[in-house]
Amino acid sequence: MYSFDYVKPSSLQDALDAISGGGQPLGGGQTLIPTLKQRLAMPEALVDLTGIAELKGVSMSGDKLSVGGATRHADVAASAEVKAKIPALAALAGQIGDPQVRNRGTIGGSIANNDPAACYPSAVLALGATVRTDKREIAADDYFQGLFTTALEEGEVVVGVDFPVPEKAAYQKFVQPASRFALTGVFVAKFAGGVRVAVTGASQDGVFRWSEAEAALSSNFSADAVPAAPVADGMIGDIHGTPEYRAHLVQVMTKRAVAAAG
Amino acid sequence: MPKVSMTVNGKAVSGEVEGRTLLVEFLRESLRLTGTHVGCDTSQCGACVVHVNGESVKSCTTFAAACEGAEVTTIEGMANADGSLGTIQQAFQDNHGLQCGFCTPGMVMSAADLLKQNPDPSEAEIREWLEGNLCRCTGYHNIVRSIKAAAAANA
Repeated sequence: MYSFDYVKPSSLQDALDAISGGGQPLGGGQTLIPTLKQRLAMPEALVDLTGIAELKGVSMSGDKLSVGGATRHADVAASAEVKAKIPALAALAGQIGDPQVRNRGTIGGSIANNDPAACYPSAVLALGATVRTDKREIAADDYFQGLFTTALEEGEVVVGVDFPVPEKAAYQKFVQPASRFALTGVFVAKFAGGVRVAVTGASQDGVFRWSEAEAALSSNFSADAVPAAPVADGMIGDIHGTPEYRAHLVQVMTKRAVAAAG
Repeated sequence: MPKVSMTVNGKAVSGEVEGRTLLVEFLRESLRLTGTHVGCDTSQCGACVVHVNGESVKSCTTFAAACEGAEVTTIEGMANADGSLGTIQQAFQDNHGLQCGFCTPGMVMSAADLLKQNPDPSEAEIREWLEGNLCRCTGYHNIVRSIKAAAAANA
């Protein structure tokens, strides 16, 4: 790692001051620390957000489930409130990485990074969540903008994510066994107004909504209604799977998610 | 350099660290607690697992400075007060839960966190919990047996 200063403020305002002075926000560091070890980043300072109480925890805010940006995966997985309101979200958080990663990694860190195979972006997009930053609110449909790319501006901090509560939802992940990332993962959410389907791990452009499946499932919410696999063009191809394999997994995991949602 | 203070295995310790100093570096190089191992250094293998405030974390992917004021437990803190092996350690010895022993500190620390949350885990729960701990010798079977035995010994 290149040398940097490390600060761990206890208030959001102190963190924002440190970030505007050139610091980079740090969540649980489960991606950023390995990145630093490879010298792929050279921040002057890291501003650890995990000591800020106002960024942590889960609560109902109106009719939405609000998760603080510095809330760890283990806390979302264990939260009685999340299990009661959106059990699929608790289940997703409980499948990220391994127990030690879940004891450090945060939702804000995950969606700020927007790894194309990360789990959380699929939940945020499928549930039509709102990403709250220190500056504004961003709809999920506008937030994810491609591989490791989001609507966040330099130094903008994810304060929290507000999730609408669906009638039913489920996440199904086909695990890449070495990394525990999603080789392909599908989050399906059924609302009174229709069904949203978000796919992670498959596309070269990162998480995306599978609109054909959404249309079919909105009129008939059953695994048999899931349409044929999407075209393989633009899907990720690597040693773990071809684009065609991932396209097929999109259909299979969507069917499994619908079946799991019940 | 900034100073960091924490409690390690019940003893108050402090030392100077850089921002980039990892917890495992502080434990091994400053405190000379070399029971915690660095295997992959990429947060995959779990040989570096220690407890921070009672929860298992990968000390190769945690900054020392982030543990200011924390209670840290390493494998050196798992023995009984008289120096004899703790329950989980003894169960690993009794069940041949190790061969080369490199992964063992992390396995024991992961197992301790599991048994604290789930005192009587099923074999499937143990295997799922060990996703973040790699062993290249034992094929995991004896490690799983060791953890089952430790759970039974605690009961």
